[in-house]
Amino acid sequence: MSLEVSGKSYETDEEGYLAELSQWKPELAEAMASADGAELGEFHWEVINFLREYYEEYQIAPAVRVLTKAIGKKLGKDKGNSKYLYELFPYGPAKQACKYAGLPKPTGCV
Amino acid sequence: MAVAEFDTPELKEYPVIPHLQKDVMAHSRPFEAKAELQEKLGFPGGLIDNWQQVAIEKMGELNKKYRSLQVYLDSCVKCGACTDKCHYYLGTSDPKNMPVARQDLYRKIYRRYFTISGKLFPKLVGAEDLTEEVLEDWYSYFHQCSQCRRCSVYCPYGIDTAEISMAAREVMDTVGKGQKYCNEIIGKAQTIGNNLGLPEPALVNTLEGLEEDVEEETGVKVRFPVDEKGAEVLLITPSADFFAEPHIDGLIGYAKVFHQAKISWTLSSFASEAANFGMFIGSYENMQKLALRIRQAAIDLGVKRIVFGECGHAWRVAYSFLNTLAGPFDFLDQNYPIPQHICEVTHGLIEEGKLTLDPSRNDDMVVTYHDSCNVARASRMGDKPGGQFEIPREIIKAVCNHYVDMPSHSIKEGTYCCGGGGGLLTDDLIELRVKGALPRMEALKSVVDEYGVTHMAAICAICKSQFSKVFPYYNFSMDQIISLHQLVSNAIVLQPEGNSSEGSDDESQVEAA
Repeated sequence: MSLEVSGKSYETDEEGYLAELSQWKPELAEAMASADGAELGEFHWEVINFLREYYEEYQIAPAVRVLTKAIGKKLGKDKGNSKYLYELFPYGPAKQACKYAGLPKPTGCV
Repeated sequence: MAVAEFDTPELKEYPVIPHLQKDVMAHSRPFEAKAELQEKLGFPGGLIDNWQQVAIEKMGELNKKYRSLQVYLDSCVKCGACTDKCHYYLGTSDPKNMPVARQDLYRKIYRRYFTISGKLFPKLVGAEDLTEEVLEDWYSYFHQCSQCRRCSVYCPYGIDTAEISMAAREVMDTVGKGQKYCNEIIGKAQTIGNNLGLPEPALVNTLEGLEEDVEEETGVKVRFPVDEKGAEVLLITPSADFFAEPHIDGLIGYAKVFHQAKISWTLSSFASEAANFGMFIGSYENMQKLALRIRQAAIDLGVKRIVFGECGHAWRVAYSFLNTLAGPFDFLDQNYPIPQHICEVTHGLIEEGKLTLDPSRNDDMVVTYHDSCNVARASRMGDKPGGQFEIPREIIKAVCNHYVDMPSHSIKEGTYCCGGGGGLLTDDLIELRVKGALPRMEALKSVVDEYGVTHMAAICAICKSQFSKVFPYYNFSMDQIISLHQLVSNAIVLQPEGNSSEGSDDESQVEAA
């Protein structure tokens, strides 16, 4: 599978996760979101950027609790919970947000 | 991330055996593993040219290796007792999801190549050639079995479809047709140490965060140690416990139990996974590799006990196979079960009065308990028959004032699979997972309606993830599934440091050891 953005083709896996992390750019996240019928706002970007920063350091997406805590610090305590994250990313913050951020899909019993 | 198009089954007041809808789930099939994932596990990268021959040879090998398999293949009398016992049949109406029909997908090939009647008069005995069509059917329907063994409870011969399904998957892997979800995970666990692919620094960072959270919440420094040599207990828990919700609340519960009981413990970054997906694909070799990591970690860290966290099939592998896969464990303290389940630890401590518990802290919940299939039907806890049913319930009742069981056909040895077990907990099988959850959802709804149940506790990472995903399809909310040790965590009364000798003792013990 592949994702077409501004005339360029980006390889993805069967579920649309980007094959090459280094190819990621914000336009790809926008394109993935619009394919899902979603639009990325400021708070979505806070999550996506945090995921990318964390991945850069640890080579894995953060645990849901690590993510909610970080988002709570950035956006206020009322938003530091998984309910809010599910409002932002209805298919699940770990999976949907990781996809938009160009990260591989978390595997295992999650 | 398009939503798969299918109808969520309607919850009925009482279970109804559905009318057959032939081949209605024939389209359900997980993604296949790519060459790179296959080869990492020692399987061919894609379907090999002489796959029929190799598959039949493998079937012959498995018959010799596992006597049980051949007995299961030979002994079915088509009595029909199993037909309405599979949650996937009840949820999908596809007749090939009746356990006997699933077994027959394998049995008809076995008869053709391994029995005299099947070799001479195939049509008379339901024997068939192994064709590409059969292989496709296998791939689809052996990935619609969660190996939960419910059917085997009702079979008068005890035929275990799970073993046949494991054998079929092993044959398919051997000819190069593997499943992406399982095989990717096994590869990660073998190289990084866990199914998530969580490297040591991320594990340490996550656990440090938990220490902060618990201290903030309780005022007590409860430790989450990693790789601490000389600890008494090595905790082997599913990596979902580090990552997902509600799993992580269970992990906090284990830590609080160890803390209050002053048992020094550690996780291992080398063996940071309890789950063993090698079992799901029927691969002894891959199962053994994962088990040996646990042995290695126990030796390297010099622990005296191995305790398993809340994970269903991990406990099956641990309880039933660990000693033959990776034993003998003569270097561990022989006064404790080897290995031990975290529920056995907590239950024992409750009986000895070593935990201070305030069950009223869970008064906002009316709890029921989902018996995870692999714990219920493939293992035991404690020293009495049925301990795997009673111990978790006794813990819940000790930490919680409001407990109700679901209807008797749906619990204990008759428990229904969550719908995501056996290597099927993947988004590409979401239709199957939602439909397969139907019998459990009906049972849950009956106690929600009748007794006001608010939460369901479980002791399996797959169950927890599966329910938090499928609950919303049935108008439950995802946070209604909880970890059993989350209830313990809520109820346990920790004494702030200074008021007692708790906490600091733990650390000095480890350092001294």
